[in-house]
Amino acid sequence: MNDSVLMLTIVAAIGLGTPIVFATVGEILAERSGILNLGVQGMMLVGAVMGFWATFQTGSLWLGVLAAIIAGAALSVIHAFNSVTLRVSQIVSGLALTIFGTGVAIFIGRVGAIPLIGEPSRAVFKPILPDALADLPIVGPLIFGHDALVYLSWIVVAVASFYLFHTRPGLTVRAVGEDPASAEAAGINVSTVRYTHVMIGGALAGLGGAYFSLALVPSWQDNPMGAAGWIAIALVILASWRPWRALWVAYLFGAAGRVGFTLQTLGISIPASLLAMLPFVLAILAMLVLTSGKRARFLGAPAALGIPYFREER
Amino acid sequence: MSQGAHSQTPPAVELRDMDKSFYGVFANQDVNFSLAVGEVHALLGENGAGKSTLCSVIAGLYRPDSGEMFIDGAPTVFKSPKDALAAGVGMVYQHFRLVSNLTVAENLALGNPEVSMRLSQKELEEEAREIGEKYDFPVDPSARIWQLSVGQQQRVEILKLLYRDARILILDEPTAVLTPLEGEALFRTMRVLADEGRSLIFISHKLHEVKQVSDRVTVLREGRVVGLVETADAEPRDLARMMVGKDLELPTRDPNESIGDPTLVVEDLVVQGDRGLTAVNSLSITVNAGEVVGIAGVSGNGQRELAQGIVGLMKVTGGSVNLEGTDVTSMSVLQRIKRGIAYVPQSRLGMGLAPGLTTEDNLALKQYRGPPYSHGPLLSAGAFESRGAELIEEFDIRGVRPGLPIRLLSGGNLQKALIAREVVQDHCLLIARSPTRGLDVGATSTVRDQILAERDRGIAVLLISEDLDELLALSDRLMVIYEGEIVGEMPASEATAERLGLLMSGSSEEQPA
Repeated sequence: MNDSVLMLTIVAAIGLGTPIVFATVGEILAERSGILNLGVQGMMLVGAVMGFWATFQTGSLWLGVLAAIIAGAALSVIHAFNSVTLRVSQIVSGLALTIFGTGVAIFIGRVGAIPLIGEPSRAVFKPILPDALADLPIVGPLIFGHDALVYLSWIVVAVASFYLFHTRPGLTVRAVGEDPASAEAAGINVSTVRYTHVMIGGALAGLGGAYFSLALVPSWQDNPMGAAGWIAIALVILASWRPWRALWVAYLFGAAGRVGFTLQTLGISIPASLLAMLPFVLAILAMLVLTSGKRARFLGAPAALGIPYFREER
Repeated sequence: MSQGAHSQTPPAVELRDMDKSFYGVFANQDVNFSLAVGEVHALLGENGAGKSTLCSVIAGLYRPDSGEMFIDGAPTVFKSPKDALAAGVGMVYQHFRLVSNLTVAENLALGNPEVSMRLSQKELEEEAREIGEKYDFPVDPSARIWQLSVGQQQRVEILKLLYRDARILILDEPTAVLTPLEGEALFRTMRVLADEGRSLIFISHKLHEVKQVSDRVTVLREGRVVGLVETADAEPRDLARMMVGKDLELPTRDPNESIGDPTLVVEDLVVQGDRGLTAVNSLSITVNAGEVVGIAGVSGNGQRELAQGIVGLMKVTGGSVNLEGTDVTSMSVLQRIKRGIAYVPQSRLGMGLAPGLTTEDNLALKQYRGPPYSHGPLLSAGAFESRGAELIEEFDIRGVRPGLPIRLLSGGNLQKALIAREVVQDHCLLIARSPTRGLDVGATSTVRDQILAERDRGIAVLLISEDLDELLALSDRLMVIYEGEIVGEMPASEATAERLGLLMSGSSEEQPA
């Protein structure tokens, strides 16, 4: 039963969805504070290469993860500085960050005495629970058969959701994203909140990137992750800025990435390049349906999303 | 009225020689101000006199360029509103600082260091309910802010400060958004708070309110303090003179003898609001040529939808709009403009004018489609300048600098420009929403003159406003809108602020006042 096509597809969807879960939850936190960061793709790639590099140098997966988190957060500071301190267009700054991050990742992968490109990873994330558990019917592969980062992603989702909706600092973030002037009048430092959450978003994006280079595709290529960063940005809207929904939609898109393979095993042949488009077509359709007309109002986008905040504007 | 004991205890707030400027223009200059413990102190002045800036400095939102501030006698510098709140100073801003998507309880908890890290919605709501009951402010703590009326939102603002035990409360034009009845209730609350030993600063430009509620009055003009008087000793006439700097008479309205045929006939109009609810409900009005019909009502009772339904900006789902005998209900906005509808919307920079364009361009916005502004597809730059200069001269629009965007003009001059653009085109109907809102006494008087001049040349005027003074000063006939319906109609001779106020709050006329 654990080898049925459906089961294999679901398990693969969880794997492919996990990096997107990290990145989407990170972007949700940033956007909840009112900052739109289109640099997710760049931050993920830099996380991917730095995570791979650190593991390549030390052999330690967790040092790789740490490096990816630091790299993603460091890159995001540029965006936070641009959009919070300089108050430039967040769209322009975010796009620039993606272009910059993509270049940085390719560059780091190709320099040095032993270039990373083409090298396999010295260590790979593997399932951590005993086979006895993982072999249980149904719940085995669904719940017990994963590597540590999948479980970490579940913790991140649960913590982010609790934080946003059941703690005082979470209320602060939501207020800053809805109405920074009111938040500031209530004694909240808008800049600090925004810097912090853009950086948490960057850290999670970096972590998501490392999942590609240390688990899904454990060798270095210029871009091991396709356009996962862009998918994550779209999923923030589909998840209507809620972490638990982000988990489900990320898995849905993971499944979409797996459909080609599944159809092949079922003997249905559709050109692979058409199927590779599926997640993007799905994203566009979902956005059209969700954001058209009156539905958009019920989505819950933070009201001040993307708008620079000037305190003494008169 | 209780008098603060200013002799023994140091003042709650004292400012010495405070200056504050924006982009090189003084908003406050050499301001000395003192608030005694337990008093209600009114700050009186025209718009732009520096009242809000002064209070924003005390509340820590702005930092003064120079000067000293003392709180309870101790020299104090606030770096942010957070510092001010921690020291017990809180402000109710004119534009409420409430997060509209959050609940009442969440807004009370926001930024409050005494609320536990783990939020319990239930506990928060319980506390909010308790404090609301203590001050006789019944508000549903689980309601989201956008679901509340403006008056209720203001209560939440005050509760927010009391929840954090602010001892010094600053109220920035609190009555501007209230019905007369709600205003009375607010004044009673203010006295209760002062009697508790809290100190209140009350900003207003309405003399009778200042007379009614305050102990002392500081008058500001052009950023400077021009007077400090005990309210009991102050004559309204003297206060007005101090405020304006000269004697000023508002135009008095002569009843119009020559009311003509119906220009606008609205029958059973139904308009859906943004949230899909019925905002205008089977409403009928007639406005005759040469007549000002005033529509009174508390904001949010369908005024915007009514105006936009007539102008064509919102879809009408029932009923009809007739202009000079022609049914325009299904016509486009442009077709209606061509048939003679002129419209002065409430938000000057939001809907009325294009903030980033020059004054000359804005003046041409409704007529650029034909000569003299354009010939075929080509615009004539010279015409924009020469015609613009003519209008700027004719309508006395001040502060225009060539090439600079119109948003840099003051509120009064923006309004003059907007009205100029609307009335120079051929029109038979003028719809104006709160045309003098936020204007100082001088500009108000000009705008009122313009509207009366329109009426006198035979234009039908529909004046939709929340300002009873404005409505009573201009209207020939008055109606009251409540929840999208007309709930009362009377000629100007029978209208009083009390009668309108009752109707605006939804009480029927039969009830004893």
